[in-house]
Amino acid sequence: MAEAATSASRGAAPLLEVRDLVKHFPVKSSGLIRRTVGQVQAIDGISFSIDPGQSLGLVGESGCGKSTTGRVLMKLYEPTSGEMLFDGVDLAPLSQRQMLPHRKDIQLIFQDPYSSLNPRHTVGTIIATPLQVHKVVPEKQVMDRVKDLLKLVGLNPEHYNRYPSEFSGGQRQRIGIARALALTPKLMIADEPVSALDVSIQAQVINLLQDLQREFNIAFLFIAHDLAIVRHFCPEIAVMYLGKIVEIGDRDTIYNRPHHPYTQALLSAVPDVKQAAIGGRRDRIRLQGDVPSPINPPSGCRFRTRCWKAQDICAAQEPPLLQIGSAEHQVACHFAEPNTNILATSA
Amino acid sequence: MPSTDAEPYLRVEDLSVSFPTRDGVVRAVTGMTYQVALGKTLGIVGESGSGKSVSSLAVMGLHDMKRTQMEGSIRIEDTEVVGLPEDRMRRLRGNAAAMIFQDPLTALHPFYTIGAQIVEAYRVHNPDVSKREAKAKAVDMLERVGIPQPNRRVDDFPHQFSGGMRQRAMIAMSLVNNPKLLFADEPTTALDVTVQAQILDLLQELQRDFGSAIVIITHDLGVIAEMADEVLVMYAGRCVEYGATREVLTHPEMPYTWGLLNSVPELTGDPEEALLPIPGSPPSLLNPPNGCAFHPRCGYSHLVPADLCTRELPLLEPSPRGESHLKRCHLLDPENDMRTHEPVVDEEVLEQPDLVVADRVQAPDQQTLSTAGDSNG
Repeated sequence: MAEAATSASRGAAPLLEVRDLVKHFPVKSSGLIRRTVGQVQAIDGISFSIDPGQSLGLVGESGCGKSTTGRVLMKLYEPTSGEMLFDGVDLAPLSQRQMLPHRKDIQLIFQDPYSSLNPRHTVGTIIATPLQVHKVVPEKQVMDRVKDLLKLVGLNPEHYNRYPSEFSGGQRQRIGIARALALTPKLMIADEPVSALDVSIQAQVINLLQDLQREFNIAFLFIAHDLAIVRHFCPEIAVMYLGKIVEIGDRDTIYNRPHHPYTQALLSAVPDVKQAAIGGRRDRIRLQGDVPSPINPPSGCRFRTRCWKAQDICAAQEPPLLQIGSAEHQVACHFAEPNTNILATSA
Repeated sequence: MPSTDAEPYLRVEDLSVSFPTRDGVVRAVTGMTYQVALGKTLGIVGESGSGKSVSSLAVMGLHDMKRTQMEGSIRIEDTEVVGLPEDRMRRLRGNAAAMIFQDPLTALHPFYTIGAQIVEAYRVHNPDVSKREAKAKAVDMLERVGIPQPNRRVDDFPHQFSGGMRQRAMIAMSLVNNPKLLFADEPTTALDVTVQAQILDLLQELQRDFGSAIVIITHDLGVIAEMADEVLVMYAGRCVEYGATREVLTHPEMPYTWGLLNSVPELTGDPEEALLPIPGSPPSLLNPPNGCAFHPRCGYSHLVPADLCTRELPLLEPSPRGESHLKRCHLLDPENDMRTHEPVVDEEVLEQPDLVVADRVQAPDQQTLSTAGDSNG
């Protein structure tokens, strides 16, 4: 479990290393001359790394920049600044054409299985397209490969000539996974891969992703807001708030000894079936208000407007992401201290 | 019946709702019976297309009766809702019973201020009240649900509110006439967890203050566990398990409920432990399986002799756990069987595309009704 986190410090080369990644979207004024009047600071200087075959979970609430991170890594958005070393090559300055050979190694699984598949293409065409674009198999073998892929994700290979509308949500998500898998990527970016699915189907897809990860040694950047699913899938987790990573560490630390107040609040807010069912109830940390706008984030620590520990220093000075205890655990808080009681039940 | 010392405020008896369509009759809800007393919360849990939203829209009289067949009885206090003329229903709706929808952005009108929408809801039922008084009431309500600076925010438009604030505004609007019955249809699904916690707290607090009966409809068992006194599990348009929340969640008596509980990962315990998913997908309501609708996905039907599961619909009857815990399963002691036997599932189930839909859809542009329940999900 601690493997993922420690190997970076052991010196094994990480598959992906992100350093100080920034993505700002300009906000234009209305009218004829559209001047830039502000910046949406979607990602503001984040760093993390993922080792081959490992999973990093990225959690946070809507608007925290977790999906933007995934899309910048795919170069669907141009990063504003920072480095993204993938297999030793910095992807950040590459043009779209230069990016093409690397695309094969990074694939994206989308959240919504209804809008991410072209309704006018058959499943066969959808899965064959990446194979043909990157010419990884001779044209004659494409169909066989498609059928293999369908089988691999638990669908009937004979259904390759059907349309997406003939499949249920969970089956469509499997089609999206088969398409991502077609190029045997080294890194999969899974952006909320199960949140659009019914509860009974979510576990199927999670198990499938884990099987594929083991079989093909694929690294995952697993973006989700569901903390229980992230805990199940990822040995290492980064918590984001308003474009910053506020805490990053291994599963055990993040869930059992969270140091950042936001991580603590986030965990305490999750309703837990089994605990509530036996009549226990966690003491919930109540956060006031909503996430502030990323156009005008609060000065200093971005979480201070909702934080119960906030002092003057929090507004004046931005807390750096500092190492605490073990090498792989980092927290950005002036008043970081562990809380081991978040998931404990009080009767 | 699982309930209650108090006289129920809402009684639904043998409710069936179906929609005739070009492709056949969609039986969205069949034979549903439940009741809620004042001050109590009933949770209805089910997947998309299980009929949970359809049944609540029926209670609110929100179905287009030209296209809906409704049978059975729905009584709010002493009023029978089924067959009630629209003008009387309109008086009831908002006054005796109100609804909170899943997505506050589509449920609020984008062209009117939050205040104007609350004022309208108030004055429809209190025509004698002046606009000024109604607006003061709107400000009161916004303050009550925790909107900061309510006298300023009352003139904001919905897009100026954040998601959590919109949901609060909608709660304010639905509570403005002090209804005794509140339907909350996935009230927190569109919200982040920290905001979800705020909204759930708010609902519980308002329930304490107003003593209303709440029906909360969700697919999230965690929300049910925190909010509901009783839980009703729906599958393919039918109630399959019904009882006190703690009882049902700790001693499920129906393989579907058991499967749901096992397929959700936990925040504590062994993170490496494999999830046990329910194979296959929920059935189409156009053509549900014979017998028990869950049998194609059920891992325990081999324990029932003589293929009973595939032939005969089990009754909703008291389980071995007691009179107040109802289950719809042929197994005599399901909990015991589920704890002692490994599930056996036909692998074929996973691969079957939805055949009903497949037969119907010829061209990809006919993207209608992929599952019957989607239209109202």
